[in-house]
Amino acid sequence: MNPVNYLYLSALLFTIGAAGVVIRRNAIVVFMCVELMLNAGNLALVTFSRMHGNLDGQIVAFFTMVVAAAEVVVGLAIIVSVYRSRHSASVDDAALMKL
Amino acid sequence: MNALAQAGYTTSTGEATQFWVLAVFAVAGALGTVLMRKSVHSALCLAGTMVILAVFYLANGAYFLGVVQIVVYTGAVMMLFLFVLMLVGISAADSLKETIKGQRVLAVLCGIGFGVLLMAGIGNASLSTFDGLEDANSGGNVHGLAALIFRDYVFAFELTGALLITAAVAGMVLTHREKTERTPTQRERAAQRVREGVQVPPLPAPGVYARHNAVDIPGLLPDGTPAELTVNRTLRDRGQIRDVSARALADLAAIEQRTADYQGKALEPDTPADDDGDGAVSTNAGTAGTGTAGEGEGQ
Repeated sequence: MNPVNYLYLSALLFTIGAAGVVIRRNAIVVFMCVELMLNAGNLALVTFSRMHGNLDGQIVAFFTMVVAAAEVVVGLAIIVSVYRSRHSASVDDAALMKL
Repeated sequence: MNALAQAGYTTSTGEATQFWVLAVFAVAGALGTVLMRKSVHSALCLAGTMVILAVFYLANGAYFLGVVQIVVYTGAVMMLFLFVLMLVGISAADSLKETIKGQRVLAVLCGIGFGVLLMAGIGNASLSTFDGLEDANSGGNVHGLAALIFRDYVFAFELTGALLITAAVAGMVLTHREKTERTPTQRERAAQRVREGVQVPPLPAPGVYARHNAVDIPGLLPDGTPAELTVNRTLRDRGQIRDVSARALADLAAIEQRTADYQGKALEPDTPADDDGDGAVSTNAGTAGTGTAGEGEGQ
């Protein structure tokens, strides 16, 4: 098997995640789809690392994981506080500033 | 593929088998994340995909990242997601109604187009060299990573530390609720209840006596209509009130019918046939009916 297949899989997962972000309206599921996209990106980075024979790609993937963890903390805190004030986790309901 | 094979880099058969088997499950999990109606199922599908990705990291020679993926993503991040799902309401299923017309079709079309573009890009890229990580991992994967993180990328590493601290503070600030006034004592609240006179005694308990006593089932008023006040406010907000009043009303009607039949001594063989549509329920109502009726009279 050609290791490029990992890249194809990564692209497929990224696409599915992106479509999920657009389709779903529950904020938590949208967030999970963003995580899926991040993971797909990480898989591509790890494959690139193997392709070029050095560990820099893995370092970048590692930093992506750290940033994703921070992002999850802040994002979920925002979702919880929005749910507390509006009693809904749907992204459609947070339309207070719409004309 | 052939060019690559000539360049001398293909994976072992074992890794190929592993890839083709697990990739199917990874894509299925990703699709499940997007398509499952309930958020919990989405979260579980995503957790499965993440575990499979961890296996792929290990297969790609990223041993440290593979373990970190399981510990951080499936361990910490997904558990955080599940916690928030519990907070927000686990059965809050997405409504499948489209708010923007044709959005879903457009999104799927754009997704397919995007995917085709990405894959075509990868297919066209000159990925003819695959060096493999044997040299880079020769001193151990963790050692190599540590040398890079603490030497070449040390500034970025410090920055991520600052980012994590900021995120932790942000998480606390965002979810913390400042108390602006003193919590009223029990005595003050009792006095206020009496002053307002809306609900002086404690709230009524949930459950339909002699039939159900679950907390999500509202108690019934004397006329058989559900009393929303008996159900916990959180369940009310989530719309998780289970309504059995229709069935209870039907049972009540059956009991009354039977009583009338008994007193009137009329149409005796006709009555069981009348509510024979749910025979099990009607016999059940017959046994439980005397209990309910007796309780009603006692009160």
